[in-house]
Amino acid sequence: MMMLRMNSMTLEINGETRTILPVSNVSELLKLLGIVETHVAVEINRRIIRRADWDHTPVSDRDRVEIVQFVGGG
Amino acid sequence: MTYSLSDDRFILGGRSFSSRLLVGTGKYLSFPLMKEALEKSGAEIVTVAVRRVNLDRSSESLLDYVDTKRFTLLPNTAGCYTAEDAVRTALMGREAGLSDWVKLEVIGDPKTLFPDTEALLSATRTLVKEGFTVLPYTNDDPIMARKLEDAGAAAVMPLGAPIGSGMGIQNPSNIRIILESVSVPVIVDAGVGTASDAAIAMELGCDAVLMNTGIAGAQDPVAMAEAMKLAVQAGRIASKAGRIPRQMYAAASSPLQGISR
Repeated sequence: MMMLRMNSMTLEINGETRTILPVSNVSELLKLLGIVETHVAVEINRRIIRRADWDHTPVSDRDRVEIVQFVGGG
Repeated sequence: MTYSLSDDRFILGGRSFSSRLLVGTGKYLSFPLMKEALEKSGAEIVTVAVRRVNLDRSSESLLDYVDTKRFTLLPNTAGCYTAEDAVRTALMGREAGLSDWVKLEVIGDPKTLFPDTEALLSATRTLVKEGFTVLPYTNDDPIMARKLEDAGAAAVMPLGAPIGSGMGIQNPSNIRIILESVSVPVIVDAGVGTASDAAIAMELGCDAVLMNTGIAGAQDPVAMAEAMKLAVQAGRIASKAGRIPRQMYAAASSPLQGISR
């Protein structure tokens, strides 16, 4: 169990529970998820993380993450 | 002096536009079709929704098909049923789009999609304080329009008819009263089914028209986009030209004298 905890982290991302390789900040998380779009917004535990803060905002085990983008709408 | 469409600018939120047609990006059968329709519409402002990223990364991105240098993105808060959700969505949209414009919707009921204007007013106040340019989708109620203006909305966007209904302008008198009640731009948002509906909105004196389904749901969306563009232009010119009064009886156009017998 110790090993598992050290080598992975579990996040709730967009309502899905995901176990991923550990990441230390928002930028790393987006990279890991393959999200390269410029127009996305990120919330961690209901707090919006400004783009300028992505590199130094930590992501921790059990965080609740929302990542949104623009889709077609009226 | 004769009115000239080419000199006529649409001022919204402190910015100047030439097109008075705002279009949505939803409901198209494909992104390439949407792209062509957006171009044909001549619109400069396009609405978008804010939704969760698809984590399996399988779907294409809308913005691969919308040139953000050419079109101003207007994020909406569609699908929000409380002021709190709408404010949160607006904040996310601002972060994603790096612009503080929002088409504010707070929906009151899934069947009609009529706005919950009490919550709309509250969300408008909050977002104006946050520095947003708030464009609220509201009902055709002149009193609420005035309250939204007082709350700092940059325009009011009364519905012509329910969203996606294609029923046209159901209450033109109320739209006219709204036009007399507020000094911010009035944009008819929702209900436009065909070109004449858009022309009527503009002839009433509205500053612009916003639509999505009327174009996206047409058999040929690209052709309908052009029809809407021309209708908005024709309606605008007609409203500036000043129509003749309606009267019950005929008034001959040809001289009554000199008829050869």
